[in-house]
Amino acid sequence: MIRVLLPSHLRTLARIDGEVSLDVAGPVTQRTVLDALEARYPVLRGTIRGHDSGPRRAFIRFFACEQDLSHQQPDDPLPPAVAAGTEPYLIVGAMAGG
Amino acid sequence: MTGVRVLAGTRKGAFVLTSDGRRDVWEVSGPHFAGWEVYHVKGSPADPDRLYASQCSGWSGQVIQRSDDGGATWAPAGNQFAYDGTPGTHQWYDGTPHPWEFERVWHLEPSLDDPDTVWAGVEDAGLFRSADGGQSWQELPALRGHKSGPSWQPGAGGMCLHTILLDSSAPGRMFAAISAAGAFRSDDDGQSWRPINRGLQSEGIPDPDAEVGHCVHRLAMHPSRPGVLFMQKHWDVMRSDDAGDSWREVSGNLPTDFGFPIDVHAHEPDTIYVVPITSDAQHFPPEGKLRVYRSRTGGDDWEPLTRGLPQEHCYVNVLRDAMAVDSMDECGVYFGTTGGQVYASPDSGDSWAPIVRDLPAVLSVEVQTLP
Repeated sequence: MIRVLLPSHLRTLARIDGEVSLDVAGPVTQRTVLDALEARYPVLRGTIRGHDSGPRRAFIRFFACEQDLSHQQPDDPLPPAVAAGTEPYLIVGAMAGG
Repeated sequence: MTGVRVLAGTRKGAFVLTSDGRRDVWEVSGPHFAGWEVYHVKGSPADPDRLYASQCSGWSGQVIQRSDDGGATWAPAGNQFAYDGTPGTHQWYDGTPHPWEFERVWHLEPSLDDPDTVWAGVEDAGLFRSADGGQSWQELPALRGHKSGPSWQPGAGGMCLHTILLDSSAPGRMFAAISAAGAFRSDDDGQSWRPINRGLQSEGIPDPDAEVGHCVHRLAMHPSRPGVLFMQKHWDVMRSDDAGDSWREVSGNLPTDFGFPIDVHAHEPDTIYVVPITSDAQHFPPEGKLRVYRSRTGGDDWEPLTRGLPQEHCYVNVLRDAMAVDSMDECGVYFGTTGGQVYASPDSGDSWAPIVRDLPAVLSVEVQTLP
């Protein structure tokens, strides 16, 4: 199971309590994880990335295993620890606004 | 009429304020969508329990919320606002071409007779329509595609379509206003549009009486007399008696004719309200006195309304969508401020009292008169 953590404003929007666990078929990439997340919670479409697997929103970041994955390609494999479910994939609201 | 429901959108959520017909004791619920900007909340004239809200944030973009129980509970609707075809460009602040990019929904205008149909005015300026209760949105591209579109420029707040007026007496007729392009009219349900800015004078643009390019802040109309329109422009309060074909200035004796909102009394089509603001550089009331001005003559002759409003040290603003009127027998008038107050007058503006004083900055105020 892939573990995903969302920022609080998106957890509230999607009525998620705590961490999300997702089954991802095939390669574990940012695209496949986000596809699975949006399939489970359609209200998140357009709030993390553009509709139809569009680009990451400017003030959303993707972290995992103490790495910033925000600028990696969406089809790059995620770290093995994320694929194995031992580390979460973090969707983070960027610190912005002073 | 059993009472009123005031819908306030703020920088950090939405609030629903309810009262009975006396409008002196209020129940406040919220914040709904806490932490998000709520540009506008409006109820359906055909079903007062059906509400639509525009919720957005710099982090996560646009969400449309819908309530079917008068704001007690909400559910997200559709949030995909895709411009029709290849969007093209408009002018950026420096005059260079800039791609049309969806930013947010400024204004939601529910249909007069169908709760599932609602119009959305968006930034960058465009007009969308949903016929399924907000689940899906389709652009009406003729407005953005007007031949003048590539010359439109944003105002300081962005290039927003902020006003949508529906004319119940003339099927297919509607009005829209864009900052800073101007006012437009359609007579065929939005399939085609024409600018209606003749008579406007704007010294801030190269050609002061150009067909488009005017920073219109707000339009208002009384439903019983839809051919008469009132406008608060960046500077100047204007009036049209021919559905926008021509305009004349009615600023009269106002202390300043800069401002944002304008509205019309529910039962007196010639009674109108504005909130004069010092200038485009000083977005607060003149002399620190918060005064609503009322004209009972459709403009030109104005009186200050001050009873119950702060008359010293008041430096708030009242934004374009933050004034509304109810249709109780004695018309109520409401407005919200960037200081977080929502003021109500149950007597057509003669006296005022705050419903709430310490909300986040108020972006919009609408009111429903409940059956």
